[in-house]
Amino acid sequence: MLLIHCPYCEEMREEEEFSPAGQAHIVRPLDPEVLSDEEWARYLFFRKNPRGLHHEMWLHTHGCRKYFNVTRNTVTYQIMESYKMGQQPSVTASEKGQS
Amino acid sequence: MSNSINMESPLHHAQLDDLVGQSGDGGVILHEAKFLGHLNLRGNSQDPEFLAGIKEVLGVELPLSACSSAKGERAQIMWLAPDEWLIVVASGTEHDVEKKLRLCLKGHFAVSDISGAQTILELSGINVIDLLKKSTGYDLHLDSFPIGKVIGTNFAKAGAHILRLEKNKFQLVVRRSFSDYIWLWIQQGSKEYGLTIT
Ligand SMILES: [Zn+2]
Repeated sequence: MLLIHCPYCEEMREEEEFSPAGQAHIVRPLDPEVLSDEEWARYLFFRKNPRGLHHEMWLHTHGCRKYFNVTRNTVTYQIMESYKMGQQPSVTASEKGQS
Repeated sequence: MSNSINMESPLHHAQLDDLVGQSGDGGVILHEAKFLGHLNLRGNSQDPEFLAGIKEVLGVELPLSACSSAKGERAQIMWLAPDEWLIVVASGTEHDVEKKLRLCLKGHFAVSDISGAQTILELSGINVIDLLKKSTGYDLHLDSFPIGKVIGTNFAKAGAHILRLEKNKFQLVVRRSFSDYIWLWIQQGSKEYGLTIT
């Protein structure tokens, strides 16, 4: 069981209260009409699957019902930080010497 | 023929009223605070006009810090999220309060009457903490769960909001569709302590 810090409820809660919601920081293309089918498909379906640091979204389903971001190590499951929507991570893979 | 419609709480079928006084010394005491007015409020807590409008209508400041609540003479307000609150008012006053909120609030906000969608169960008694420990993983110690705090969490795997009123008294806000299951769970979970309905 993970303990996850919700940046809106401002405290650690049990994983049971949350739902994972996939990769974070995916920006919707501003002008979808100009994209090729391949570029659009990349935006819709292609996701990172890193071994190591990953930025992902979680939903506090049974708490405040807000989405937020988490930086988690996919090998050790260690959560390095959680931060609000619209914010940027302070822990990134390049700093840790990973690709 | 009568035109009146009888309101039924989500636990109408449990006939809790008939169980009042049946057992006097339970370690867990349950009371359904039924038919209260429940209003869901959305709005921008950074907007001073929004905050002032709430204060004017409800006579109490909107609780802005995470997981906090506020109680005034006319309303009890629970923080649900940074832009969402539950306002609980006396039975039958919800339409009036909703109307006044719509008149006094400006800008981007939403008020929804959800009185029929949920109910409030009050749990107390010397063994209430023991029952809650079976039901939620949240730390119930007064340091982490002080009086007046409200949390959205799991209760017996169902979603619920729990507000601590006193050291041994809690309010559970549960959805209509979960209420029968939670009623069965409370009966089962408090069997070893005895359950009193008030
Ligand atoms: Zn939360």
